[in-house]
Amino acid sequence: MVPALKIDALSKTYPGGFQALKGISLQVQQGDFFALLGPNGAGKSTTIGIICSLVAKTGGSIQVFGVDIDVDFPGAKKHIGIVPQEFNFNMFEKVGDIVVNQGGYYGLPLPLARQRAEKYLRALGLWEKRDNASRMLSGGMKRRLMIARALVHEPRLLILDEPTAGVDIEMRRSMWDFLQEINRAGTTIILTTHYLEEAEALCRNIAIINHGEIVEYGSIRDLLRRLHREVFIFDSAGKLPEPLTLRGFEVRRVDDHSFEVEVEKGQHVNEVFEGLSAAGVRVTSMRNRANRLEEMFVKLVESAA
Amino acid sequence: MSLREQYIALMTLLRKEIRRFLRIWPQTLLPSAITMSLYFVIFGSLIGSRIGEMGGFRYMEFVVPGLIMMAIVTNSYSNVVSSFFGSKFNHSVEELLVSPTPNYVILLGFLLGGIARGLLVAIIVTAVSLFFTRLPIYNIGIVMLVVLFTSTLFALAGFINGVYANNFDDISIIPTFVLTPLTYLGGVFYSLDLLPEFWANVSKLNPLVYVVNAFRYGVLGVSDVNVTFAFAMIAVFTVLLFFYSMHLLSSGKRLRQ
Repeated sequence: MVPALKIDALSKTYPGGFQALKGISLQVQQGDFFALLGPNGAGKSTTIGIICSLVAKTGGSIQVFGVDIDVDFPGAKKHIGIVPQEFNFNMFEKVGDIVVNQGGYYGLPLPLARQRAEKYLRALGLWEKRDNASRMLSGGMKRRLMIARALVHEPRLLILDEPTAGVDIEMRRSMWDFLQEINRAGTTIILTTHYLEEAEALCRNIAIINHGEIVEYGSIRDLLRRLHREVFIFDSAGKLPEPLTLRGFEVRRVDDHSFEVEVEKGQHVNEVFEGLSAAGVRVTSMRNRANRLEEMFVKLVESAA
Repeated sequence: MSLREQYIALMTLLRKEIRRFLRIWPQTLLPSAITMSLYFVIFGSLIGSRIGEMGGFRYMEFVVPGLIMMAIVTNSYSNVVSSFFGSKFNHSVEELLVSPTPNYVILLGFLLGGIARGLLVAIIVTAVSLFFTRLPIYNIGIVMLVVLFTSTLFALAGFINGVYANNFDDISIIPTFVLTPLTYLGGVFYSLDLLPEFWANVSKLNPLVYVVNAFRYGVLGVSDVNVTFAFAMIAVFTVLLFFYSMHLLSSGKRLRQ
């Protein structure tokens, strides 16, 4: 099965000499939910811009479902739906018209474009707003409008560039549900995001890009398995004994009722509980101090700096 | 994209363009009707009655074809320049650029939008002019051809201006400092026969002279220039600007990074 996206030695040097991409290569398999992560200016948006023809590449090649963009870009574009970072629709146009027109640009006959627009505007909770000028929508609604617009031609590959930026938690969760649903239905999804818990919750595979180079690439599960230590925060029912020590573990007291424990690779959390029971500490809750992916991301980006 | 899909994309863009100028009709259609009515009243009725005949016709009859052409030129130009620059400014042009729509369809869509507005304004101004004078049509074929070619030519010029424009000032510079003076000096209000030979020859370097006179020939049957030559000039410039516009779109100048 051909990959949904195959990038080989992709490079981009902007006029002025800034090298945004230094020959990156990666593959996204069909049906994948893939995260492209990196700090600001790492090259994520440049990569996406090249895939959807808004940025001209300097070198390398891109294939979308086996279609080379240098050979048949219109053919490749038919497979792609793009949700950019910035709002890029006419603020004076009606919500419904924006989605229907986009269908027209992909060659959908008007009745079918209208039918699809209704389907996706309803799915994203915007159908009631179809006759409103798009400038009247809230920020979260505008983001959902761009998703509906990107889906109207039912692309096999959906690329979302920070789709939940500035969206409230409830709305973010409902967008996650929606994206998982269309991924389950067969759409390959590539996501860039600054919310690493979002990538961990949604994506199966990941590429971390920094200074125009891929610094990590693989399945999120494998990457997390390589983490050498994790820090857990515990809350106790009563006041903590003074001093609080656990044999074999580094313990840091946060306040009278909570403390942090570092668990190295090879150690088990059961041993922590055994030690705590022996010390008479009754635990009411336990959580990771930081998002695990975030820990790895920071480590990779810092080591590359 | 199949031909049918390309046709759908073209019609989508044209529909959007027509909706745009109809939605803001007080800015796009009304000003020409008001301005031209004032021209008809002031130059045609008040001053024209004292001028007498020009080119063998009453002054009002003489100026009407030029004024209609003036409306077509300014409206087809400004429709495309403002629409295309607007879509660049708010980035909605990316909706087209990321789609499989071929460049020539994108160009045609904007051009047809400009032509449609030019034609609609021409109809409005012609209807208004009928309140002031009769409008004999000498050759309807020539009238239609000149209208079509001229609106296409100036829609193309507006497109090129839209591609190069970086801000809203840039889209008003050409209409204000180039198009309007050339139109006023293009024989709309006078016959070149009135000018000394030197200035009459200088005037013939003005492309608007050919557009106005070719249209006047179609309506009244008189022209200061050779009509065949005028058609040839309009056609040559239309073809040149079309290919230059296509080059701008293909190279992605000011559109793609």
